[in-house]
Amino acid sequence: MSEVKLLTEFYHLPEFQTLAGYKAKGGYETLPKALKMQPQAIIDEVKASGLRGRGGAGFPTGMKWGFLPKNGEPRYLLCNADEGEPGTFKDRMMMERAPHQLIEGMIISAFAIGSKKGYIYVRGEYVYPIECLRKAIKEAYDAGFLGKNILGSGFDFDLDVYRGAGAYICGEETGMISSLEGLKGQPKLKPPFPAVQGYLRKPTIVNNVETLAAVTYIIRDGATTYRKHGTEKSAGTKLFSLSGNVMKPGNYEVPLGYPLMDLIMKEGGGMKPGRKLKAVIPGGSSAPVLTAEEVAKANLDYESLAGLGTMLGSGAVIVIDDSQCMVDMLGVLSHFYAHESCGQCTPCREGTGWLNKILHSILEGRGRLQDIDLLIKVADNMKGKTICALSDAAALPVLSFVTKFRDEFEFYVREGRSKVKGTTYAEMHH
Amino acid sequence: MFTLSDQGLAEVKKELARYEAKESAIIPSLYIAQKENKGFITPEMITYLSKVMDIPEARINEVFKFYTMFNQKPVGKYHVQVCTNISCALEGGREMAHHICHELGVKYDEVTSDGRFTVSKVECLGSCGTAPMMQVNDTYHEKLTPETAMNLLRGMK
Repeated sequence: MSEVKLLTEFYHLPEFQTLAGYKAKGGYETLPKALKMQPQAIIDEVKASGLRGRGGAGFPTGMKWGFLPKNGEPRYLLCNADEGEPGTFKDRMMMERAPHQLIEGMIISAFAIGSKKGYIYVRGEYVYPIECLRKAIKEAYDAGFLGKNILGSGFDFDLDVYRGAGAYICGEETGMISSLEGLKGQPKLKPPFPAVQGYLRKPTIVNNVETLAAVTYIIRDGATTYRKHGTEKSAGTKLFSLSGNVMKPGNYEVPLGYPLMDLIMKEGGGMKPGRKLKAVIPGGSSAPVLTAEEVAKANLDYESLAGLGTMLGSGAVIVIDDSQCMVDMLGVLSHFYAHESCGQCTPCREGTGWLNKILHSILEGRGRLQDIDLLIKVADNMKGKTICALSDAAALPVLSFVTKFRDEFEFYVREGRSKVKGTTYAEMHH
Repeated sequence: MFTLSDQGLAEVKKELARYEAKESAIIPSLYIAQKENKGFITPEMITYLSKVMDIPEARINEVFKFYTMFNQKPVGKYHVQVCTNISCALEGGREMAHHICHELGVKYDEVTSDGRFTVSKVECLGSCGTAPMMQVNDTYHEKLTPETAMNLLRGMK
């Protein structure tokens, strides 16, 4: 198997960013076809394609759309471009290289669900992607692809970009809705799910950039053709963001079910000279870590990774080689989650803080052996107890790192220094 | 007393009319105000925005304090934000951040004595395949080494 460039085929062309360049490669040719279809037929096609949310949760897209009330009540289509899961950088590339691809996907999706208003919520740091999107949206309005009576179909759709301001939690769909409403980006209790009561309490669909972009190709080629890529339960292609200790990090589009080891060794060019693979975080920092032995058995699809106790998540594959200290790396992650907990739910607010404090006391040579089990106990108490999944996301790396690399944690506590690096935290990081 | 420029005020009014809920204009307006005040926001600016937007101060303040891109104290002309999250940490992001601070003779989140730089460690910026990296004001600089990062910064006057 090798790369399958369905969405990314023309990403190497600078002009693909513009309306003219996008149209030259067949862009906006699917839109008129879609506008002649029955909206329900588009939803059915997306359902039949097996497309699952590409942002992290992997929820079937067509089914999500199906939760909307079947009346004429106004509804919103929100694109989640708050890409913040550590290790993930695919949406950024998509918005920079192919903003019209997302826009076309959004217009078709909006027509399918009957939405007249959409927002693309982009993380605040993505100044350049926002600029690309704004330029493209203007081009699309000028060409009659957005606004009133699109291509004479009688369908109206307005699209705007909203700039976030730095908060990982806004990638959680209800946190994003809060932020768009001008509130702190705190998630809301579900139910009601956004499809019933979302932005401004109106029915709302939130989909990831890559998910919406894929819709165009599903309608263009049909669900059956789309399903030729991937596995039965994990259909289609997916962009994987490969980072960490590999020769050729980058975004690679491969069919779901692609062997994880091939992504690292073939597309990623393998490990650096003299280095061995130690571990991989396969789906963004919230996904439990895999050992090198587990990596050899893993395929990049939802089921294979779930079978290994981890998840596909956002498709961020973070490669860790044998020069890295797992205690140190978990310290990085625990700091992140403590920083990003929105503070709403006690188990998460307190738990992420505790995990970070315990880990840093170990790193700074003040750890006790019982702290290792305390980490597990605190993490266990954070799972499934909160409004959103951030608490679980903070707990899972801890449980997997400590369980799978326990010897490194025990060595660190006993000796006050890293087993791998041989040095103390202060020596490692001044 | 802080006031927005005529243009800034016009932009805030435009944002107020742009969304179905006027509170959605809080984040965009904080950006406008921060830009006009050399990169940070003071309590009196919140009071001013509250009057201009007709939104209670507490509502604006809670948004201001929640999001990391709004600065609560002065920053240098160039705000150097070095990613130290996992993908960058694996490739030397933390060492690079330390090197920059050391070379500039400044601690994290402080302003250099000439007012040019503030160095901050930040969470993932979505530039993981081009690590280590830093964001200087709005611009990403990628595939850096401690030395190339410092060379870039030395050129920023």
